[in-house]
Amino acid sequence: MSTAMALPLPFPAASATPGAGESALLRRLLIGAALAFLALFLFVPLAFVFYQALRKGLGVYVAAIVEPDALDAVRLTLLAAAIAVPMNLVFGVAAAWSIAKFSFPGKSVLTTLIDLPFSVSPVIAGLIYVLIFGLQGWFGPWLSAHDVKVVFAVPGIVLATMFVTFPFVARELIPLMQAQGTEQEEAAVVLGASGWQTFRRVTLPNVRWGLLYGVILCNARAMGEFGAVSVVSGHIRGATNTLPLHVEILYNEYQFAAAFAVASLLALLALVTLAVKYAVERRTREDGSPSGERPA
Amino acid sequence: MSIELSGINKRYGSFTAVDDVDLRVESGELLALLGPSGSGKTTLLRIIAGLEAPDSGSIAFHGADATATHVRERQVGFVFQHYALFGHMTIFENVAFGLRVRPRRQRPAEPEIRKRVQRLLELVQLDWLAGRYPHQLSGGQRQRIALARALAVEPRVLLLDEPFGALDARVRQELRRWLRRLHDEVHVTSVFVTHDQEEALEVSDRVVVMNHGRIEQIGTPDAVYDHPASPFVLEFLGHVNRLPDDDASGAPRYARPHEIAVSLQPQPQAWPARLAHSATVGPVTRLEFAVDGRDAPVNVELPRAEFRALSLVQGAIAYLRPTRVRHFAAAPD
Amino acid sequence: MRASRVLPGFGVALGCTVAYLCLVVLIPLSAAFIKTAQLTWPAFVDVVTAPRVLASYRLTFGASFGAAMINAVFGLLVAWVLVRYRFPGRRIVDALVDFPFALPTAVAGIALAGLFAPNGWLGQALTPLGIKVAYTPLGVLVALTFIGLPFVVRTVQPVLEELPRELEEAAATLGASRAQVFLRVVFLIVIPALLTGFALAFARAVGEYGSVIFIAGNMPMVSEITPLIIITKLEQFDYTGATAVAVVMLVVSFALLLAINVLQAWARRRQGGLA
Repeated sequence: MSTAMALPLPFPAASATPGAGESALLRRLLIGAALAFLALFLFVPLAFVFYQALRKGLGVYVAAIVEPDALDAVRLTLLAAAIAVPMNLVFGVAAAWSIAKFSFPGKSVLTTLIDLPFSVSPVIAGLIYVLIFGLQGWFGPWLSAHDVKVVFAVPGIVLATMFVTFPFVARELIPLMQAQGTEQEEAAVVLGASGWQTFRRVTLPNVRWGLLYGVILCNARAMGEFGAVSVVSGHIRGATNTLPLHVEILYNEYQFAAAFAVASLLALLALVTLAVKYAVERRTREDGSPSGERPA
Repeated sequence: MSIELSGINKRYGSFTAVDDVDLRVESGELLALLGPSGSGKTTLLRIIAGLEAPDSGSIAFHGADATATHVRERQVGFVFQHYALFGHMTIFENVAFGLRVRPRRQRPAEPEIRKRVQRLLELVQLDWLAGRYPHQLSGGQRQRIALARALAVEPRVLLLDEPFGALDARVRQELRRWLRRLHDEVHVTSVFVTHDQEEALEVSDRVVVMNHGRIEQIGTPDAVYDHPASPFVLEFLGHVNRLPDDDASGAPRYARPHEIAVSLQPQPQAWPARLAHSATVGPVTRLEFAVDGRDAPVNVELPRAEFRALSLVQGAIAYLRPTRVRHFAAAPD
Repeated sequence: MRASRVLPGFGVALGCTVAYLCLVVLIPLSAAFIKTAQLTWPAFVDVVTAPRVLASYRLTFGASFGAAMINAVFGLLVAWVLVRYRFPGRRIVDALVDFPFALPTAVAGIALAGLFAPNGWLGQALTPLGIKVAYTPLGVLVALTFIGLPFVVRTVQPVLEELPRELEEAAATLGASRAQVFLRVVFLIVIPALLTGFALAFARAVGEYGSVIFIAGNMPMVSEITPLIIITKLEQFDYTGATAVAVVMLVVSFALLLAINVLQAWARRRQGGLA
């Protein structure tokens, strides 16, 4: 009897990597190719942003960020996100509740329509608000008669941001809530919980991580949106400039160090977003299946 | 607390889930709704709970009409098929939930809640799990917690949807007996849904056999088993053979496998049959006989020793005589 | 799942959803079509088939297709490696795959432009070889590849994760070689997800603006993308022209959205059949 048969190893131990199907050489080759591709398109650009930002020293870096125009851009970016994110949060929860927990005619159409902003070019997202609120637009004459500015002003930026970040929270929540079904909510109602109690004590805790991730993603996009905001902003320094627009202006003025310094703030935001996603995914894995109950 | 259902109908699109059902559940009894899947038993249970509204008909609890009462106010305890425990709450909080969500004025004080939850956890013998989360529990433990949670609100009736459906065979057996004992202890009017005839017969005071949204028969376990009202009930409550000859009116005759005697000599009212196959499973031997001119074999169950005494071999001829024949001269439909 | 009638809030939730959807998305989008409807058909055709516009379609759709192809190949490779192999740093790499999705496009744009500029880290290496990336159509391809990277990986990855090992083992016991197993079992199962990821990456690339304009050079007829045409027309106050081109892009986007939905339904059926 051979030793291999005398010492039968269970499958998982026999191949520490579940990809035991390929030879070690091929495996290394595939890993190498994948990592090379990712290095070229992920790590190098990321490193480049921080390298360029800090190349001229910390002084230049800090100066670029505390400069008044930059601070104004930070303020406007925060403002736009502070309005767009809560709006889309409320919408996302309402949409997910109605789509995931009830059945009604037209549900799949509604689900598709919610995704619509993802497939619309950001430039067009800006354009449509110009068509409605611009001087030649539907409400243009009325707005200018009442001295209200939407396009080339803060409200336009907020609207365009709302449009492009519209689906994020809903998209995260709908599949999650659908997978959880309605049994737990029904159990709560049978036990005497009111609608609000059911939502707050049962539904919300069950989707909290997905909700958090949706909000973070929505926020990242809200703060980072460029195309749509660029169309409606009018690029007025200190007034209608968001952080990404400020990066563009600095770059076009050949102030590379300053442009990359501001850009590095946005890159950090992206990294924080990914970190939250990573943490959320680990949490949901540790919690077992989302409902802690049925296996699938 | 008794429950009276009258004229209950429920359709989903073109599918009739419950078809004109009248039913009275007596106070304090443990009633089983038994039927194959799609027979409407779960829908009926959900209608009693108020989770579904009937298209027509009425429900009364102890004589008081409850048809329009919202689930929240019906004061029913419901145990869901997959338990529906709240995954983000501890076992203790799961059981306490129904008390905590009460309006402030009706809500017991915190020490009272603790006491009651503790008592319930002791009742289901799982007080040592109070601090755990549902996903740390076994299926049988979750089931008992789901029951404790339902009982915490002191329901007027207890409703259980396939309470043992998701458990493995051994745990299921244990829990069945446990539920029976628990019911004898708390004595709350209870209705449970099952597709397992053995479960219904073993646990309940009365069994309601359902098929195609209608009630086929209501009776004690002995009554429905011994005196099935229709071929459906007969076939659903255990294996049955259709006998080779029909009765005088042409209606089919049936006999259960253990109600057929086998002998080696010809007997009056016995058919010759050839032994096609035999298998001994534990204490019983299952025999399959072929009868000339019939496609369907006749299945017989004999005690192991009796089979051995016969010393029948495959291909041998034996004579089969039903010791008990059931027939439905006037078929209900 | 069974829809419930006892849960509250359906009317309010659906009402809010539909109202908000109409106000923020549907009514504004309809403005583009209404505006364009004012144009006669020949005038519309004139605008949207002007040579400069046609050149921009070629670049936008061509580069988007190329980028989506690159991402289909490498996305499948990355997903395979992440799911099947264990190597140090795998979790971090896995998390970073979403980086292009989270990074503001303007930042991506200046980073790629800087990297591939003749004096940049990568540009320095490529220029002696006669390869010019920045300020050429090739630059557009690079930018679109960057922003489309997560889509294929993230659609293929879950399918590979849920692929039962037994399928491959069964194929192997039936005498299939490793290559046959991959081509005839794994690849066939992954195809709907792969196509979905491809379509998502393509759709995203077609509308992309921020990451492209810095690296493209934006030369009319050569490296000018369609979204930029819209912006240029807007800056010249040619709202009608801008909207006409936008409508063409919207129609393409809607068609892609429809295709993606069909593909996803197919992928779900395929996966459901396995579970």
